[in-house]
Amino acid sequence: MRFLTILGSKLLNVAQGLGEMLELLCQTLYYFKEAPRNLTSILRQMNLIGVGTLPISMLVALFVGMVLSVQTGTELALYGSQEAIGAIVGVSMVKELGPVMTSLLVAGRIGSAMAAEIGAMQVYEEIDALKTLEISPVRYLAMPRLIACLFCVPALVVFAIIVGIIGGGIVAEVNPKINVPFSVYYDNMIRALSYKEVFKGLLKAMVFGGIIGHVGCYIGFKTSGGARGIGESTTRSVVLSFLLIMVANYLLTRFMI
Amino acid sequence: MASSDKNSKNGHFLDALNPLGTFWTKLAHGFSPSILESDQCNADYEGSEGVSIRIENLNKSFGDHHVLKDINLAIEPGETFSIIGPSGTGKSLLLKHIVKLEIADSGQILINDHDVHESESHKSKRNFRYSMVFQSSALFNSLTVGENVGLWLREKRICGEARIRRIIREKLDLVGLSGKEELRTSELSGGMRKRVAIARSLAMNPDLILYDEPTAELDPVTSDELARVIMSLKEKVKLTTVIVSHDLSFALYLSDRVAMMHDGEIIAVGTPDEIKKSQNPIVRKFIYTTTKGIREEGK
Repeated sequence: MRFLTILGSKLLNVAQGLGEMLELLCQTLYYFKEAPRNLTSILRQMNLIGVGTLPISMLVALFVGMVLSVQTGTELALYGSQEAIGAIVGVSMVKELGPVMTSLLVAGRIGSAMAAEIGAMQVYEEIDALKTLEISPVRYLAMPRLIACLFCVPALVVFAIIVGIIGGGIVAEVNPKINVPFSVYYDNMIRALSYKEVFKGLLKAMVFGGIIGHVGCYIGFKTSGGARGIGESTTRSVVLSFLLIMVANYLLTRFMI
Repeated sequence: MASSDKNSKNGHFLDALNPLGTFWTKLAHGFSPSILESDQCNADYEGSEGVSIRIENLNKSFGDHHVLKDINLAIEPGETFSIIGPSGTGKSLLLKHIVKLEIADSGQILINDHDVHESESHKSKRNFRYSMVFQSSALFNSLTVGENVGLWLREKRICGEARIRRIIREKLDLVGLSGKEELRTSELSGGMRKRVAIARSLAMNPDLILYDEPTAELDPVTSDELARVIMSLKEKVKLTTVIVSHDLSFALYLSDRVAMMHDGEIIAVGTPDEIKKSQNPIVRKFIYTTTKGIREEGK
């Protein structure tokens, strides 16, 4: 009996959380109409999310491309079909690794910071102060962040894909076991990829970006309980973002194939 | 940009001359369309008029804890009204109900005879403006002092940019913080933060201003200055002031009327003199304390 009570209350909590998230999402989307007015804060967020994350995301993508090339290239070389390396690196970067890896990076770097910032504002009554100034916290805080995430994550993914493919190409050319000239690598990659694939990858990235921004804001607004609460919010936002990104990744891949 | 330059010349010659500081502010707020508008403010913005507050049978519980018990209170327009009482008796919570941050379980709050939660629908009438000075000041840490004070004006696009900067300067003068516009809020002391918070509230030209423990972290001299600011506001503009405080002498000195709250109930309402003469044992116990209260006559 006790077990059922606990299970029931957990389920109710999850349902309530989902409802609140949906409510916040609707409010945020409603305030998208005021976006031109808040251009300054949107650009500030874009600078933080896009420009700030660019170096680290490119570095990570470079090494992921390189490791992919080494791993698969040496295996393929055993069967003498190492020319396919271009296609393999290109397709996996565009379809999976680029969007997912970059999103996880942004979730860790930006989503957590968002949750902490908004959480601190919640704890130190700044959100209440905004309300008494009759400024909607959703419009002032959540909307610019969500818009910035929606556009910056795909933009970061573009860079990540390019750098990852170049990294893979360099390894393929330089590594003596693989030894595929860059021109062959490039031709193979181009043949394997279509604009549609790239578009699907970027669409995924946009959804992931939305998840990151939305979760960061939602968790931030829900924060309570002082400095400890802010710390918990930071962790929770990363965990929830990762989880939702993975689930969304499966669903999107399933229905876009 | 041209129109804003012209405005600044009309408004205050310093706007044009002021070096880097204003330049960056202008750059940061350059995207705000308000700079294209004229120097005039919205007609509604000028002047404030006191509002009356009536609280009827207000109840609020958190779980089993009944915090506000059947509160009844009437505050006249233009009055300076203090709510005193020990910590944890629901004074701040009562304020939060007035500014719609909390929703009551039962009972209602009428401001100018309109329920606070219904006032959204009376768009045709001039809505009253209220603002609250939080106990923790609640300044926006990502903004400078000037941006904090001007946030409401900019967000609601009340005035042109040059005029906003002039209002910011005026309000900061009023609380004795002239020329501190470009400071980060993290560089301020507790007392300065509180005064910035007050300037931010005053920038709205509110009809109703609520102070939550205004002297909680101020030294006696700054508290005195604050009292002078509130007194001078009372002379200049006709606004309703509600102060929640356990700083007794501050509340008794400033207020037209005082209410004493104890255990979620209003136990006494009256002028400062009436409160001092009250025979209610709880009131007497609160007022005639040795360290913070006032000394009983004849002792």
